Formats: sequence, C-alpha cells, structure tokens
Amino acid sequence: MARTPAHTDHHPVVIDRSGLQELIDALIADGRTVIGPTVRDGAVVYEEIATVEELPAGWGDEQAPGQYRLQRRSDDALFGYVVGPDSWKRYLFPPVSVTWRAEQNGDGVAITPAPEPPRYAFLGVRACELAAIAIQDRVLVHAAYPDRDYAARREDALFIAVNCSTPAATCFCTSMGTGPRVRAGHDLSLTELLDGPGPRFLVEVGSENGAALVEKLTANHASPADREAAAAVWSAAEAGVTKTMPADGIRSLLSRNLEHPRWDTVAARCLACANCTMVCPTCFCADFREAGGLSPQESEQHRTWASCFAVDHSYIHGGSMRMSGRSRYRQWMTHKLATWHDQFGTSGCVGCGRCIAWCPVGIDITEEAAAIRATDGLTRNPTGAAR
Amino acid sequence: MSTALAHPADTRVTDAMVPAPYRVTSRVQETADTVTFTLVPLAQPIAPPLSGQFNMLCAFGVGEVPISISAIETGDRLRHTVRAVGAISQALCASEIGAVIGVRGPFGTDWGVTSAMGRDVLVVAGGIGLAPLRPVVHELLHNRRQFRRVTLLVGARTPEEIPFRGEVASWEASARITVRTTVDTATPAWKGEVGVVPKLIERVAIDPEFTTVMICGPEIMLRFTAAEVLSRGIAAEQVRVSMERNMQCGIGRCGHCQFGPVLVCTHGPVFPWSRVGPLLTRREL
Amino acid sequence: MKTIADLISEHKFFGELDQESLEFVAGCGSNVHFAPQERILTEGEAANTFYMIRSGSVALSFFVPGRGAVVIDTLGDGDAVGWSWLFPPYRWQFDAEAREDVAAIAFDGACLRTKCDSDARLGYLLTQRFARVILERLQSVRMRMLDVYGAGAPR
Repeated sequence: MARTPAHTDHHPVVIDRSGLQELIDALIADGRTVIGPTVRDGAVVYEEIATVEELPAGWGDEQAPGQYRLQRRSDDALFGYVVGPDSWKRYLFPPVSVTWRAEQNGDGVAITPAPEPPRYAFLGVRACELAAIAIQDRVLVHAAYPDRDYAARREDALFIAVNCSTPAATCFCTSMGTGPRVRAGHDLSLTELLDGPGPRFLVEVGSENGAALVEKLTANHASPADREAAAAVWSAAEAGVTKTMPADGIRSLLSRNLEHPRWDTVAARCLACANCTMVCPTCFCADFREAGGLSPQESEQHRTWASCFAVDHSYIHGGSMRMSGRSRYRQWMTHKLATWHDQFGTSGCVGCGRCIAWCPVGIDITEEAAAIRATDGLTRNPTGAAR
Repeated sequence: MSTALAHPADTRVTDAMVPAPYRVTSRVQETADTVTFTLVPLAQPIAPPLSGQFNMLCAFGVGEVPISISAIETGDRLRHTVRAVGAISQALCASEIGAVIGVRGPFGTDWGVTSAMGRDVLVVAGGIGLAPLRPVVHELLHNRRQFRRVTLLVGARTPEEIPFRGEVASWEASARITVRTTVDTATPAWKGEVGVVPKLIERVAIDPEFTTVMICGPEIMLRFTAAEVLSRGIAAEQVRVSMERNMQCGIGRCGHCQFGPVLVCTHGPVFPWSRVGPLLTRREL
Repeated sequence: MKTIADLISEHKFFGELDQESLEFVAGCGSNVHFAPQERILTEGEAANTFYMIRSGSVALSFFVPGRGAVVIDTLGDGDAVGWSWLFPPYRWQFDAEAREDVAAIAFDGACLRTKCDSDARLGYLLTQRFARVILERLQSVRMRMLDVYGAGAPR
C-alpha cells in the first residue's frame, strides 16, 4: 500500500485519550502490529502495545552527552519526551533477520527466501525519525538492488507521527532541516494539547490512508483555539532546540580535513563500542553471515546489524583496512556527514542527538564538527604535534 | 533437483541476496592454494558477466565471498579462480566436481576493453591479480587486430606461484603479444626476470597518448605500478585498476566495501586511477 | 660506427652529462660482449671495472653453500652493473653473469676514481647517478621483503 498523499481539504480534528485508544484498536483490527513508546529499563523504548495505558504518561527525559535519564513531568503528557535508544529501524531493519534458508538435497539445493514480514503501525514517530526513514529508503529501496524485506515492511506500515513538544538538550534537528515539526512521510500527525483536564490531540492528515483512519474515530473539528494551541506547541518546540550544527559546507570541510589532529583527540576518548551506530536511525551497515542448521544439509544466511567501529568490519585477507580507532571514528563521522552525500545524495544525519546521549564517554558529533571547523586546515606534523 | 521458492506463486522480484545454485563441472589446481572452477547453473542462470565483474560465490553453510570471473565462457557457464586465503575461500577451493555452490551476480564495473580499441594496451598483473585480467588477455587475443601493441607484465612471488603459468608461457610463445614475467624470489630453474613489476615497465616502449593500462594486484603494487606508468606520461583516466575490499552483499547495501566516497562493489571494482588514485594515498581510508 | 662517447650520451644512466665530463668518461670506456653464462663479476674480487648494459640480460646472484647460485636480481638494457668500484674496500659484493648475449660498455673504475678525487664536480655527478641506482635497487628489495603476493601478507 503505497502512501497516497492527502488531499488538502482534510481539516485537522481533535481527539482525546479515548480517541487515541480507538485509533490503536482500529489499527489492530486492521491486522497490524502496533509499535509504540513505553517505559522499560529506565528508558522510553519502542515495543508492541495495545493500550494507551502502556504509553509513557507523565514521563519526560533529560539528555546530555553520555547521559539519558527519565524525569517525571508535572503533567500527564503521553508524548512529553523525545527519542530514546530505539529507533524504528529496530522493526524496519531488524537487528537479526534471516535472508534465506538453504537445504541441500540429493541433486541440488533448495533455497527458500525469508517469510513475509508483519504489517506494522508505528505510533509516536518524530519528525527526525521520518527523515531518517526517508534516508534509509534511499539506501535500501531507491537503489539498484532494493532490500525486499525492508521495502515490504516500510511500504506497508502506517506512521502515526507526533510533533515534539519538549526537545532534549541533545537535539539539533533544526540545524539538519528535519524537525521538530512533522511535515512529510506521515499518515497522521498528532500534536498533544495539555490545555485541559486530559490530554487532547490535534490530528492532521498526511495521507489518504490516514484520512480513512480518522473516519473511524470519535473526533471533533479543530477549532481556531485548538489550532492556535497547537501552533504554540510547535514554536515552543522549535525554540527549545538549543544545540546546533551548522550544516553548510560541512561536506567539504570534513573531506579536506582527513588528517586533522582532532581525529587523534577524539580517538583517545572513543571506545569503539559501536553504541552510536546502534542507536543511529540511519546507520545501515550489516553483516551477511551463514549459520548452519541442525543437520549438515541445512544452512541459513543471517543479516545482522554491523558497525564500522568493529576492527574486522573492513577485514580482507591479511588484515583490516581500518585498524586504528582514529581511522574508524573518522570513517563513521565523515560517512555520516560527508561521503553519504556522494553515495546517496543527502546527509546521513538527522540531528536526533542519540549518538551524543548514548556515547559512554559523551562524544558530541556537533562539538567535533565545530572543533574541526574552528581549525580548518590544521594537520599533524611528523612528530605528531599539531601545526 | 529443486530450487523451489517457498511460495511459488510469489510474483515479487526475488531479492538480490538470494543465490542461484550452480554445480562444479571442472576443477583445475593452478598452484598450491589456487583452484579454477567451471560452474553450470542448476536452474535460472545469471546474466553473462563482463571481464572485470565479479560474482558472490557461496559455500553453503560457510559463507560468501566476491570472486572475479577469470574467463568469459560460452553459454551459461561461469569460470572462476579462487585463492584459499580464509575460511570461505578455503571451503570453495575444497569443492569437488559435482558440488553445489551459490552464485549471485554479475556485479560491479568491467575493464572496458572495447574502449581501448585502436590503442596500445598494457596489462599489469601482480600475483592472483592475473585472474581478473585473464579474460582481458583472452579478449585482446581474440580481437588482436583491433588493438595496437599489447603487452602483458606479470609479477609473482616465486615461479611456482605464477597463476596460469602454462597459459602465460603459451601467450609468450605465440608472439602475438609481448609477455614479461618477474618474480620476487627465484628458484634455480627460473630463467626469467627477478625483481618488482615497475622495473619491467621501464623497458616497455610507451606512447603515452595512445596507451591504456589495466592493473590488478595487491594495493601496494597498484600504487607503485600506477606511479611508474603516470611518470611515463600516461593520463590518469587511461589507467584502470581493480580494487578489493570486504564485501558481504556485493550490491551496495552492507556498507563494508566503503572507500571514502565510493562503494567498491558498485562504483568499482574497476576504477580509473583519476578516481581512486588520490584516495589511495590516504592511509586507512 | 658509433663512438663510445655516442653510446654513452644515448645511455640513460649518463644522459645529460656536460660534454667535457662525457668525453672524459668515454675515454675510460670500451665496448665489450659477454656470451651466455659468461661470468661478469665474482664476489670478493677486486672491483675495478663496472658496466653499463647496452643490451641483454644479466643475473645478480649469491653463491649459497648447499643451494648453489641464488639469483636475487636481474638487470637489462640501460642498467648499471656494479657500484663497489666507487667505495672502499673496492671488492664485488655479489656475482653477475650474462644470461644471454650481452653487449655492454666497460669502464675503468680505477681510472675514474682517480679522476673523481681531483675533479669534485665529476665525482659529484657520478656519485649522484650511482646513488640513484642504489636507491632504486634498495626500494625493489624492500618491496619484495613485504611479500605482498603472499597469502595473509599485510597490505
């Protein structure tokens, strides 16, 4: 079901908490697995949900380099936090999946492709996440050899987006042009209004599928006051994004500073733990490895998340092409911000800030970019000192 | 014999990660660690590869590796030369006649031999690098009059490790192309040159405006050989090299073969030196 | 019929020597030929003559007890053979043998050494050229030490 953009004459409506439950129920009735935010292990993660009660009511988050904490809000907002360690790639591009199974029989090999994936509905998708999905689409769908499984999951999924109200200190979506306002890629987008006894949601339609969904809900036409309240949320969110990463010229900045001493500075801190690549919503590197089955005749090919921080990521006979931690950090950052353009025509970064929060030593990609920009052209001299 | 899909009625395009089964019909031990196979399809064949392109060969239960074709075959047959350097290539090399191997491809850019028609062609191979260049030599010999002077330079570790040694000798004996071979370390019976490949280039008469160069071998050898031919006045656009990187998909999805801005499986493996020369001077890119 | 001076001025090793130096060097040179398998240099012997190959292939080797002659380098058209004539103790460091018919120019090293002592400029020009030869041969050996064609060799 390709997404048909909505006609412009779909007016926003307002639903309340029970209307949200109706929405979830309608999605489940449609045979979909609904994935939404919920609190587990001290973080907001994306899991299968069936009720509004499972949403993180009253929770917000405080994020900083190397830091993520859930904080109790003074209200009961259902979406008063921003992104956690999960991104929707956990479902669109699962960490482990089987690409095919092979069984050797008397005369040859029978190869079975992977089974059809589930039909999803994603609730609580942020603008930066929609941008990240669009970026992964370019890598995995709009490519010479599309990833059939990703394409099936993604094209059939419904996206119920949410406009952020409370950005984190690690967010820099405004610099990357990806948020905080949801503009495209959604079927519905919700803005939580906390101006009454219970949360209400301004619902904007983004596609014909979204319009069809709204028909099934108990909703009121959005009043001018409702629209004003929503607009206030959007501008407060935009003003609340404080971290910046000037994006102009960053591609050539990094390409011409491959020998900058900053790479050594950051390498001295980086543990090559690969957290950043796991939480990043656009990272797509994967290992394709064979695993034997129970009998010698059976085998499977597995696709698993991989990371360019692993030493053996670039291994060919004789050794790895990127042995040093320095070269691996440089690979990740220059790919994300510079060579992604060469390969896929866009930046690879959406400014979600996850890599900053989830880095155990608090490396901040915006700080690294700023440091290089401030000393553009610096190189190491033969003794290792900067010159 | 069956290559049944789980859902035969499935009309969606089969994902390019699913291999096609091929059977080994011939096996030649070229050197101690190198084997050449002929493969025939058990069901749907892949498209015919061009010289320079590669297929992902799958040893079921062990894994897949990218292997260039080492000859252009007629019909649906494939010819690959594999060197045992790791677990997967070792498993492939151990395959006997009748074994079933998975094939995906053809992938990557080709040597573009026809674009060198009317020109001198200098082919430089280092070690197993001769395997991806062998179909080029076949093409040049097959259409010999379409090219001006053709020279093949081969470098190897020892005389025993020259791939396709008998064939190289027959090319030399045919006198239809000039062939020079050098080894790093000689054995008593060796009557050829001893030394590195760039030294052989010194003695090749080169007309820089009309020469196309094709080089394949270890990366160090690529760099020094390219430097030597460039110093003779050949333009970087006319020097082509075949590169190698960790590849697990061959189709630009797994991210392993990234080399700065290029993906070796998609933008390569054959590149003009003008594209990759500056990148190859960067360490650990 | 070409003179030695003509041959030297065409030879890539000497190219672009000034006329005076060229004529002096030519005066120390003579045309020589070696038959296949003929020994040109022997390890340990006095190094008083060096050679510029005009055509033909020459093998440099060490005689290793138990292994016989081990060829470690081959030289051909345009290559210089032997530099030990320029440095004490003026003894050859390896064997050299013609592998086929070899045409070369032989130079009286002792005579050139004496001249270089008094003519610093000529000394500099010759040393410069030989230093380059040694550099190229050294680089070739280093490359082979890397064993780049070996399985599992680091790149």
